[in-house]
Amino acid sequence: MTTKIELYNFVLRLADDNLILAQRLAEWCSCGPILEEDLAMTNISLDLLGQAEDFYEYASELNGEKSEDELAFLRSEREYYNHLLVEQPNGDFACTMLRQMLYSTYAKFLYEALLNSRDEKLVALATKGLKEVKYHFRHSSEWIIRFGKGTKESNERTKNALVELWRFTSDLFEMNETDKVLITSGISFSLRDIYPLWKAEISNVLEEAGLEIPNSENNIIGGINGIHTEYLGHLLSEMQFLQRAYPGAKW
Amino acid sequence: MTEEEKLNHFNSLIERDEKIEPKDWMPEAYRKTVLRQMTQHAHSEVIGMQPEGNWVLRAPTLRAKKILLAKIQDEGGHGLYLYSAAETLGMDRSEMIEQLHEGKAKYSHIFNYPTLNWADIGAIGWLVDGAAIVNQVSLQRTSYGPYARAMVRICKEESFHQRQGYEIMATMMNGTTAQKDMAQDAMNRWWWPSLMMFGPSDKDSWHTQESMHWKIKRASNDDLRQKFIDKTVDQAYVIGLTVPDKDLKFNETTKHWEIGDINWDEFWNVVKGNGLCNHKRISHHIQYHNEGKWVRQAVMSYSEKMNAIQTAASI
Amino acid sequence: MENNNDQLPLWEVFIQKGGSPFKHEGSIHASDKNMALQNARDIYTRRGEGRLIWVVPSDSIAATTVEEEAEFFDPADDKIYRHPTFYKMPEGAKNI
Repeated sequence: MTTKIELYNFVLRLADDNLILAQRLAEWCSCGPILEEDLAMTNISLDLLGQAEDFYEYASELNGEKSEDELAFLRSEREYYNHLLVEQPNGDFACTMLRQMLYSTYAKFLYEALLNSRDEKLVALATKGLKEVKYHFRHSSEWIIRFGKGTKESNERTKNALVELWRFTSDLFEMNETDKVLITSGISFSLRDIYPLWKAEISNVLEEAGLEIPNSENNIIGGINGIHTEYLGHLLSEMQFLQRAYPGAKW
Repeated sequence: MTEEEKLNHFNSLIERDEKIEPKDWMPEAYRKTVLRQMTQHAHSEVIGMQPEGNWVLRAPTLRAKKILLAKIQDEGGHGLYLYSAAETLGMDRSEMIEQLHEGKAKYSHIFNYPTLNWADIGAIGWLVDGAAIVNQVSLQRTSYGPYARAMVRICKEESFHQRQGYEIMATMMNGTTAQKDMAQDAMNRWWWPSLMMFGPSDKDSWHTQESMHWKIKRASNDDLRQKFIDKTVDQAYVIGLTVPDKDLKFNETTKHWEIGDINWDEFWNVVKGNGLCNHKRISHHIQYHNEGKWVRQAVMSYSEKMNAIQTAASI
Repeated sequence: MENNNDQLPLWEVFIQKGGSPFKHEGSIHASDKNMALQNARDIYTRRGEGRLIWVVPSDSIAATTVEEEAEFFDPADDKIYRHPTFYKMPEGAKNI
């Protein structure tokens, strides 16, 4: 059974999540609430960029035609498979840290599960990424706790961010044909398995912060099928500007 | 010790090339000069994040994005080392930031120029950082200990900055016509401002003499500028860039490149606030400093609450 | 700027690498221990300079003053018998 195309799509999904979130975090450059945190966010962004590069490299190997940069800079919205959560605008610092916490928790369980993949390359990349996302989880969850228990304003901002972002969290656990094939061949696993782990971890942090999971009926999905919110197109048009404006140029 | 004995002790430390440390007695003018120079230097690093940040979201490759992000992060780190060195003289960072916002503290005039194409990122690394490094290498021997130690660390980290900038320029000069045009355009716009970074000629610089005497500055503006010109002109030729100076010539006797007149009116005009980006740089800094206020308040409030709980538990 | 006092407290950063003693690297601002450790990590170990980090609130450090310098340190100046070069070794003696 050939799973090459599914594996390629799956690896792209991982690469796209990392790149889009790294790009969002880079928007904080010179805008952090304290200089120290400016550097901290850049470190997270650089970790994610490094992971994106590794995953694109693997995708490029599987694809055999397109380079890492072509994959990153010459695909349009509909060809991007990142989750909706990571493309959401930064908002205020509470919103950025909450998005980070929600995503890093997800990435942590995702990479842990991928350690059992039958694909050796995925195991290697997950092993490397796991150390980094654990640190990102530590950093972002501590901020959420400080905000939850800090001032009335920080508590409210974090609550608002939760309402704003929670609607995009079920998207993280959506699966399609790609997953079906990869689960059967032992390369990937059912995301339903990690959902309870993710939710328990998030509940722990929120409880410590004195916050609650919103009672939301909204579940917006689409990322892994290339259906996105309108924010992604703008992010891509900025990120891809030079490659699009000067086709064929080497940089 | 009498005042005179203290001064003699201070002077003998300077003379023996020993470092002045935070708690040592120092003349008030020395303290002020060192503090002014360190804060100005720190602000320059931090404001310098903006012109490069202008392209970080548009970097053309994954590699370029990674490098630029790491470089801007270094600038922030260097600002931090310098704020930290300046704080040893008893001024806290919020006061330094306040001075910056009120225009009482300066930063390098170079960051008031705009970055208009990708080659500007190359030019900043190669020319602006190149000029800064010449100055900073000499400052590793400055007489104030914390400043000198910060400089040693900064110089070690900056060594990749200039190379990455030159690499961008070289790649573009090897590229399409459009890329070559961008590179030359960047060269034309950044060459003279980079030369101005060393400050006015020694004969017009009232700070230089005093600073040299106390070994805060270890080389004159003109000497440092010449050092930069000599190495950079050759590097420009290697990759096919034209230096935008019709009077530029090599003096066979002195073995130095001689340049035409620097337009100091342009320099003073930018220093006075008429650069394309003066207003933007400061208002950006003020805006995000203010937007971060609730964050700083929240974490202080959290920390106070946690300390109170801890104290209550230990009673 | 209505509020001058809006910066976070200052911490001194000490980092150990290899088998060397902890070395003072500089300072950072942070509101609590965890933040101080993470900020120290992000600012002072970006190039793999660290294995262990200590952070100490700057106002918790006790330091000698310049006025005490003579009393504290001059008495050690004339105790040259604490240094191995003080001792005369017989000619021809090796590995001592």
